Amino acid sequence: MNLNDVTEHAGEWLRGQGPHSDIVLSSRVRLARNLAGFPFVDHADRRQRQEVLDRCRAAITAGQFGQDLLWVDLPSSPDLDRHLLVERHLISRQHAAGGPESPRAVAIGENETFAIMVNEEDHLRLQVLRSGMQLDEAYTQIDHLDDLLEAKLDLAYSSKWGYLTACPTNVGTGIRVSVMLHLPALRLTGEIEKVSRAARDMRLEIRGFFGEGSEALGDLFQISNKVTLGRTEQEILSDFQNVVVPQITAYEQQARQVLARQRPAQLDDKIWRAWGILTNARVLGAEEVLSLLSQLRLGVNLGRIQTVDIRTINELFLLTQTAHLQKMTGCLMDQGQRREARAQLIRRRLGAS
Amino acid sequence: MKRKCDKCNRPATIRMVEVIGGKKTEKHLCDLHAAELGGVAKDLHTPIDQLLTNFVKLHSGARAQQDLVCGHCGMSFSQFREDKLLGCPHCYSAFEPMLAPLMEQAHGGATHHVGKVPRRCGPDEDRQQLILRMRKRLDDAVRDEDYELAARLRDEIVRFEEKS
Ligand SMILES: [Zn+2]
Ligand SMILES: [Zn+2]
Repeated sequence: MNLNDVTEHAGEWLRGQGPHSDIVLSSRVRLARNLAGFPFVDHADRRQRQEVLDRCRAAITAGQFGQDLLWVDLPSSPDLDRHLLVERHLISRQHAAGGPESPRAVAIGENETFAIMVNEEDHLRLQVLRSGMQLDEAYTQIDHLDDLLEAKLDLAYSSKWGYLTACPTNVGTGIRVSVMLHLPALRLTGEIEKVSRAARDMRLEIRGFFGEGSEALGDLFQISNKVTLGRTEQEILSDFQNVVVPQITAYEQQARQVLARQRPAQLDDKIWRAWGILTNARVLGAEEVLSLLSQLRLGVNLGRIQTVDIRTINELFLLTQTAHLQKMTGCLMDQGQRREARAQLIRRRLGAS
Repeated sequence: MKRKCDKCNRPATIRMVEVIGGKKTEKHLCDLHAAELGGVAKDLHTPIDQLLTNFVKLHSGARAQQDLVCGHCGMSFSQFREDKLLGCPHCYSAFEPMLAPLMEQAHGGATHHVGKVPRRCGPDEDRQQLILRMRKRLDDAVRDEDYELAARLRDEIVRFEEKS
């Protein structure tokens, strides 16, 4: 497996399957771990970072992490590859941005179901991504990966504080559980604000999946836990499974029904306009595309449009991003060229050519 | 074996009986699909929603005290306040008096870990202390350019870490 293979399609986590995948695009669990006896990454010198990297690499490549493991050394990777990995959510922006002098890497598991960042903010950041609502499955897998690492590495841990992390807000379980939700109807009805407030009251973080600000492009929201200490992994997971996700998905379903009942013409108009533009436009900007894809996705979920599947739309959210377009075309493009390439890709994938 | 949800593969947690036009149908649903149907009034109890705290300015009143310094990595508490990141695992015990109230705020009043325990060095904190000391000696040797000693210490650490 190499980076060129991964470009043409999205990872498993966007395949549009799994329970409740009409609203829950994906489930993610992340664990933060550090090696005992070393300073945390930010405070470590180059030699120490290199040693951490070597040990982690040895532990990860020693087998048992699956056949098709891809190890990407980041300082020696071209900018475009690093951007690609960020767009695919396999590394963070911060991890991509570190200088050429800072030893760091990412190990990517088969079909991108897991990724292990080495020397990000913590020595090890493991993540498992799954399609749909599969937090249990994601946790089972990451717990196993963690066991495999722990069999080879001494992890920094104290009985009082749990797993010790560079930032005290991650200490304890070191777990970050998140779900990516598509909430177009709550946004159209303006009720998304209530959801955000409720989430914050529960000490959850809610933010847009794309972009830096609070605005959620494509109506895609990511909700994650903030508390990592004093609660077990199971308690944190069960909040999502029994409270957060069922309530928000039910709320979104309700809003969809209300829209379909009260403003059917306007709703259909939005959906069909999105279809019209996406299948005909010759020049498309990245942000515009996210919002049109969101409306199209809603149309497919409501059964208005039946010639496209959800997977195609999920993939387009990713493939129309800047680095993906350039990687697929095989050359660097300016903004104007990217807008043309984006429109062309969308027409092709939607069968309009 | 537990019964699966009628609509997906998750375990069914709810049995619902629907009567439509005098015809009864039984449904087995998972928590999510049940909530979707609006069939259950979900218990709104959540363990973490009670704990909204007003963010008191960090460590107000602690300024007059002496700065704490971690003996292992040399990080001072005032530096941590600027960087927002700790220097090494040992910082947690070095800064504990200052850190504890901060952690309680950040984690909704929690004061200690209750989750997963690593099998090998979880309960055995002496082991961590030992590794810390060995690493410190190694770092000193490298700094003093005593490469022979450094090589020997490195082997020693590898041997020690292999014993789990
Ligand atoms: Zn179900
Ligand atoms: Zn320290």
